[in-house]
Amino acid sequence: MATAVKEKEVFKMKDLNLWYGQNHALKNLNFSINKKEITSIIGPSGCGKSTFIKTLNLMIYSAGNVRMSGEILYHNKNLLDNKIDLVSLRKDVGMVFQKANPFPKSIYENVAYGPKIHGIKKKSELDDIVEESLINVALWDEVKDRLNAPALGLSGGQQQRLCIARALATKPEVLLMDEPTSALDPISTIKIEELALELKKDFTIVMVTHNMQQAARVSDETAFFLMGELIEKKDTDKLFANPSDKRTEDYITGRFG
Amino acid sequence: MNSRVTDKIATSIFVLFAAIMAGTLFALLGYILYHGFAVIDLDFLTSNSSSFREGGGIKNQLFNSFYVLFITMLFTVPLGIGGGIYMAEYAKPGKVTDFIRTCIEVLASLPSIVVGMFGLLVFVAWTGWGYTILSGALALTVFNLPVIVRVCEDAIRSVPRELKEASLALGVTHWHTIKTVLLPAAFPGILTGVILSAGRVFGEAAALLFTAGLTTPNLDFTNWNPFNIHSPLNIFRPAETLSVHIWKVNTQGIIPDVREVADGASAVLVISVLIFNLLARWLGSVIHKRMSGSK
Repeated sequence: MATAVKEKEVFKMKDLNLWYGQNHALKNLNFSINKKEITSIIGPSGCGKSTFIKTLNLMIYSAGNVRMSGEILYHNKNLLDNKIDLVSLRKDVGMVFQKANPFPKSIYENVAYGPKIHGIKKKSELDDIVEESLINVALWDEVKDRLNAPALGLSGGQQQRLCIARALATKPEVLLMDEPTSALDPISTIKIEELALELKKDFTIVMVTHNMQQAARVSDETAFFLMGELIEKKDTDKLFANPSDKRTEDYITGRFG
Repeated sequence: MNSRVTDKIATSIFVLFAAIMAGTLFALLGYILYHGFAVIDLDFLTSNSSSFREGGGIKNQLFNSFYVLFITMLFTVPLGIGGGIYMAEYAKPGKVTDFIRTCIEVLASLPSIVVGMFGLLVFVAWTGWGYTILSGALALTVFNLPVIVRVCEDAIRSVPRELKEASLALGVTHWHTIKTVLLPAAFPGILTGVILSAGRVFGEAAALLFTAGLTTPNLDFTNWNPFNIHSPLNIFRPAETLSVHIWKVNTQGIIPDVREVADGASAVLVISVLIFNLLARWLGSVIHKRMSGSK
């Protein structure tokens, strides 16, 4: 049943189709996402890039009225299998959203929230996870003296890094980023990009972006989506220097989108 | 007539309407408080009411009002929050949900006297309890529950969707997300709504006339055995609340100082409701500030 998945492939899509009611939003996607790389998904608004990234941790289900066919293999498990355990999947595949969405709790509680719920109770262990996660996102030095302060008092860029730390705290393998910098100023954006480059040593990152420069700066591979179809996906350098499809070329040279 | 003049006219009309509204409120409040303060003193608040002599107080009525309110809230708050969670998080859009929502709205708009008659049939006669605090509290629950369900549903729905997604994306189950993210974030809204509805319950008379009754047994405030008929805590005793008292002295009172007692009791009632409202606003803003981290 399941197709063989190569060692370095974390996700493998096989004829993935998705419908919102009658609207065919993703069409016959066949590609894979490699381990410890950054894969960017680019494309104009409404091309299905956000929809696609939400299928990887099945957050798409909260949209309601969604139907899918095909396979999404995460290692050897098909996510479209009914028996999939959402809790453990989402523990392994973390997500960062477009808008920073810290809980209205303290900085510490935000980061400790995931691990606590996944069963870690010891204070010292939680302390370590919080510190490690905040160090991972280069936020530790800025907040170590006020871990009990409300997270909503942080700046927008800090909040987004906190959200990344929160996702890292459950020790995932994959980090999904849905336009993580679209609401941030340029300096915070650069910080998040540097962070992504740092994090790919340990994590596999899938990033949706509408910013082509961003895709070019950070990602190893880039996939171009248009109207729910994957037009092409290859090494970022090659895609931008030498697109094989006319539509990709038109998009990256700014002729539409 | 040019558009600037039209604009000025429109502005003055709306200012006038606002002034009429505020003016009515202040005139009413001023009248009640002016007459009330002439009567209210410690003696008025702490002495028993009198049946025919002058100079009775409202001690028992005041206590009954708070006690009935407390018992009512004991029923409505858990039920209402549960219903609100169901409506906001579990009810699937569709015919059944629409039907439940219509029921809630109809229930919320039932005249309180009708709720009182229903209470008389069910909680007084059918149960065989007679006029009791419990019957009154249950009638008020019927009266208040839809409001609380509505308030809780709105409060939970107004929690940003992103927070819920953040929690679900961490692999947290739906119920746990409700418990640890949605309810705490909705708490200020729920609390404000509960306190405001408490003001409504506190002032309610019609629903209590036939359920909690028009009389109060002689209460002994040193007797805290809830099963004794003279204990204030007994929920199986009749209890005349403040607003019912106002109604009663005005319609059937034979005391010579009806006017004074009614004035004083009205003022106490209005002040209490005012305190509920101010408390709701204050608590709401304090909690909001604490959670959002703004100074």
